[in-house]
Amino acid sequence: MMGDSVFDDAIRAAREALDAHVVETVAWHFHESTGCPFWLDFKKRLKFDPLTEVRSFDELRKFPPFEDEWLRGGPVRRWVPKGLADKPIYVFETGGTTGVPKSRIAVEDFRTDYSLFSDTLPEKYFPWGSNWLMLGPSGPRRLRLAVEHLAQHRGGICFCIDLDPRWVIKLIKKGWMEHLEAYKQHCIDQAITILGAGHDIKCMFGTPKLIEALCLALEERGSSLRETGITGIFSGGTEFTPQWTRFCVEELFGGPPEISGIYMTPTYGNTLMGLACSKPVTAAEGYKIAYYAPQPRAVLEVVDFDDANRVVGYGETGRAKLTTLTKEFFVPGFLERDEGEREPPCPEYPWDGISGVRPFSRLAESTTVGVY
Amino acid sequence: MIKLPVIRWGQPYDSLEVTEVNHFATGEPIAKVSQAGGGIIKRDMRQAQQARDALQKFSSRELIAMLGKAADLYEHGTLPMGDGTQSPDDFVHQQSASTGLPEHMCRANMAKNSFVLKNMEKILECLTRGLDLAILSRGHGEEGRGVVVSYQAQSPVLAAVLPSNSPGVHTLWLPVIALQMGLVLKPGPQEPWTPYRIFAAYTEAGVPREAFSLYPGEAEAGAAVLEACERAMIFGGTATVDRYRGNPKVQAHGPGFSKILLGDDDVDRWPDYLDLMVESIYLNSGRGCINCSGIWASRNAREIADALAERLGPIDVLPPTDTKAGLAAFTVPGMGAAVWKQIEQVLKAPGVTHITERFGPRLVEHERASYLRPTIIHVPSPESPVTQTEYMFPFATVVECPQSEMLKRIGPTLVGTVITNDESFRQAATNATNIDRLNLGPIPTTKLNWLQPHEGNLIDFLFRNRALQVA
Repeated sequence: MMGDSVFDDAIRAAREALDAHVVETVAWHFHESTGCPFWLDFKKRLKFDPLTEVRSFDELRKFPPFEDEWLRGGPVRRWVPKGLADKPIYVFETGGTTGVPKSRIAVEDFRTDYSLFSDTLPEKYFPWGSNWLMLGPSGPRRLRLAVEHLAQHRGGICFCIDLDPRWVIKLIKKGWMEHLEAYKQHCIDQAITILGAGHDIKCMFGTPKLIEALCLALEERGSSLRETGITGIFSGGTEFTPQWTRFCVEELFGGPPEISGIYMTPTYGNTLMGLACSKPVTAAEGYKIAYYAPQPRAVLEVVDFDDANRVVGYGETGRAKLTTLTKEFFVPGFLERDEGEREPPCPEYPWDGISGVRPFSRLAESTTVGVY
Repeated sequence: MIKLPVIRWGQPYDSLEVTEVNHFATGEPIAKVSQAGGGIIKRDMRQAQQARDALQKFSSRELIAMLGKAADLYEHGTLPMGDGTQSPDDFVHQQSASTGLPEHMCRANMAKNSFVLKNMEKILECLTRGLDLAILSRGHGEEGRGVVVSYQAQSPVLAAVLPSNSPGVHTLWLPVIALQMGLVLKPGPQEPWTPYRIFAAYTEAGVPREAFSLYPGEAEAGAAVLEACERAMIFGGTATVDRYRGNPKVQAHGPGFSKILLGDDDVDRWPDYLDLMVESIYLNSGRGCINCSGIWASRNAREIADALAERLGPIDVLPPTDTKAGLAAFTVPGMGAAVWKQIEQVLKAPGVTHITERFGPRLVEHERASYLRPTIIHVPSPESPVTQTEYMFPFATVVECPQSEMLKRIGPTLVGTVITNDESFRQAATNATNIDRLNLGPIPTTKLNWLQPHEGNLIDFLFRNRALQVA
């Protein structure tokens, strides 16, 4: 148990580390020798000099909001910092069901993010050396390589399925629900085949919809997730709600980890930010899910719906605002399509978090969630 | 404020996801309703056979007697409701408050449901064409002509994805329990009241609780119900009906496009039928699929439209508690304005005239809700696309069309009232496959005979007549 003053010190130290990291990151991205063409060109249109006038996280508000539309189309090299130009570059995409997808370049970030995330996974349920199943999107997705890295980082080998989320979105938009169901079944069939093929898979990533479908399909076959040998799951997204977690724990898994032997942890994130972790989710706390970003590499704020520079009070509802601060990628405040409640710092994460994440109510009607 | 749990085969389940049902006019919360996710529904449906097994411990005759008792409890009893109780007056207030339907219409719908429950034996006798219900129960038997007949249940339960805005549709699923099939209901977000009260009345009357599941929830819950049940009803718009067309598992109920056709021999006597036309358009605030949305005549169309406008045009918004209130509110923000915008587009079609215009604006906007006052449109040609419109308020087009072209021009018609003594026109109407319920003679489109099937016979939907031989 952390004492109040120790906790306060931890919060202060985290804030100081964040401010220092901001200065270092901004210096990297806006210096002629290391920055990427996009930000160096952007700097010319700014009325302030980022190199001298951004001394803290709060001063990032001088930047206009990041528009993810800037990520559409080429040349993709304009996003590669000069300081990393000789490194092998990956490109990850989001969207793209129709039109040009948004692209984000990466070198090591996805590995770093998931190596850090690895530290939060309990060894008992995510044993070192065990193999993984990636029950999520394939193709030009960050998540697919990130999960594979996570498995490798923990000494295992990752099995993947073929899943094209763009086709899934098209099926939903066309209203072809039978095809959607058939495609989901196709994904689940792939997963069950791999799980039954003697690969000693103990850990998996899955989207909530696919985890649920997998459990129901296994039950249909007279089996269960526990019988497949899975002990550790991580998942994510706005569909990972307290009620859904309760349903999984109480009914699909057969009880909390100490009884069922299955531990599931949520994450929140996207291609731009990386991933935020949650405190352990327990029945005692009503399966509450509160996410904390991997500061100082990324920051999650809950801001006023009408004023993105005003953080709401603790427990109040606002829109999720993400900031990414790595040498590979700089996003000074991106308004996510989600909303939630601002959470206070906790001993594990002495900075703000967000709970109750759900699609942003003012955009919800036009957003397709949980597509795979 | 009442709390309504999910009901999982009779057992209450408090979800961590709860939505509020609010008063349409004040915004005041009326109920907190637990929400079910798709996974729970799909998993529960594995036990669907247990619902039928529980009901088959009773004969259909015993269940019909229970339904008769439930009719009285539903209409007059104070029943357990979530974490509290509910009197008939509570029910009426709550239903009116969340759906925008005037209270006297809620009472009328209540009486209608009760009537159907009380007359279940007769209704089933007609729907089964006199078949011994024990044959449906056992799956086969002798009908008395020395031939074995077999009717195979196609599902242990009937699922229904119910609407928020039309409490009148519930009569369609009420008979299912008497057929020893369970009920899986996904209530409309604004109208949980009828499914929960029927559940309470049925179980108080002795029907086993495990025959019922009620899954309030979002669209995902509706999709799960449809996916997991072998027989389901859904109520929605044209898009919903189109989506499930040809799917043998789903009976989709949508707009009715119900119409009144005046034959050439009777059209000059149109004033005699004015009351009938007004009732068909206006009853239940024009919300039902059986409400008339089109009156077709070869002549006098403009005069008919003028007379209807005189009667309906002045009708104004009254508080829902007023016994004279005839208009229901659109409780979804912006919906009334959106519908009126569509109608304004319709009115741009050549030759189309808005006859009720002289009685003032049709759109009435309140702080949290909106209303549309009765609207009558004169359409001089059957070719106009305006003739194929229907809205959830008293709205009708009066269309000029030669009798010889009427039946091919009217399009899909749930209830067709054909007023004529011309035998050849009556026969042609009888043969017209685009008319579902046919009224020959001056019968309002809204007057249903419960002894006749509605949009397909429920028995044909739930049971399959197949061959069975016994050695």
